[in-house]
Amino acid sequence: MDPVVLFFLLGVIARLAKSDLRVPEPLYEALSIYLLLAIGIKGGVELAQQPLGAVLPQALAAIALSAAIPFVLFPILMRIGRLPRVDSASIAAHYGSVSVVTFAVGVSFLAKQHVATEPHMPLLLALMEAPGIVAGILLARMGGAQRVAWGALAHEAVFGKSVLLLLGGIVIGAIVGPQDITPIEPLFMGLFKGVLALFLLEMGLVAGARLADLRRAGVFLVAFGIVTPVALGVLGALVGQLVGLSLGGTALLATLAASASYIAAPTAMRIAVPEANPALSIGVALGVTFPFNITLGIPLYLQYARWMAG
Amino acid sequence: MQTHARKLLVIIAEAALEKDLVRAARAFGARGYTLSEVRGGGARGEREAAWEADRSIEMKVICSESVAERVAQHVLATYAPNFAVTVFVTDVGVFRPQKF
Repeated sequence: MDPVVLFFLLGVIARLAKSDLRVPEPLYEALSIYLLLAIGIKGGVELAQQPLGAVLPQALAAIALSAAIPFVLFPILMRIGRLPRVDSASIAAHYGSVSVVTFAVGVSFLAKQHVATEPHMPLLLALMEAPGIVAGILLARMGGAQRVAWGALAHEAVFGKSVLLLLGGIVIGAIVGPQDITPIEPLFMGLFKGVLALFLLEMGLVAGARLADLRRAGVFLVAFGIVTPVALGVLGALVGQLVGLSLGGTALLATLAASASYIAAPTAMRIAVPEANPALSIGVALGVTFPFNITLGIPLYLQYARWMAG
Repeated sequence: MQTHARKLLVIIAEAALEKDLVRAARAFGARGYTLSEVRGGGARGEREAAWEADRSIEMKVICSESVAERVAQHVLATYAPNFAVTVFVTDVGVFRPQKF
């Protein structure tokens, strides 16, 4: 079993047991900056040694996938879940966007299974952050009179910390290359797994706190939080196969499709669609889908990739 | 030392509103503000500052009564319906009236 998953469970248990354990906010912030940069740099260094020809169609497919997901989920949330339009759109946006930590756990799982992945997967991760959010805002505002401050949102989409650090890391890694990266390699690559474990301890504390929201959210949303990643994983794996990703790349794209954002999407939706209840979207994304993905989901998505490749 | 009467306007809100609140305070004539990160709970649940969407801020503005009133009215009308927001005002005495 992957130790990072056990750190997550420890966090959940600590929270449910009402332990006084708290990860200080500045440490959380520092760890998330580290993870975003490390993922970007690693991808950038490897990307520098690769021809870029195949990347463009895959990048476009990733963007289209992320933008399409909210349009698939929105009618389900509204008609079957009977949720208000704004909540349906907000939840759909969380699933259209992606979770960096789920991606990181996926990378670490694949490395443990000795499955190689394309070096530009972190680039796809960065590109898949915003389109789902934009789609969700469009769904929330369709037919409505309220205006959206698109300028501020565009700024957030490009210069928000997650995309900025991921893309910044990729560019730094690509410029520096494998030789000159060695002085910072022990920090950004050697310590990655340990920092990820620490981060997941904090994620466990946060996710454990969201479990109370789920009691209010009801059975539909809990079921939605499990069925949705299982189904979106199939969609992601299909797209991965279509654009010619390797076994590992397909598994990671399935993981990205199945993951739900909890950094970029909650912040953006709070500003763009303030009427939506954040307890619902964050509760299902962080309380159900995130734990599902890092424990059972990721091995399942690798299996999807194997079925499709075989 | 002589003091001059001013209002201390305190706004406790979700951190997502920080930029908007600063812009509003400036636009309505406040000359300065102080921000701090805080934790707490209320009608919209506990806000523990554990991660991005869970952060809260406290903004203090020392200003004239009319500025305090306009900022408070704007914040309550614009944000209170959908966000965790607390606004209150108290009397304070300042030493340098031209600063506020």
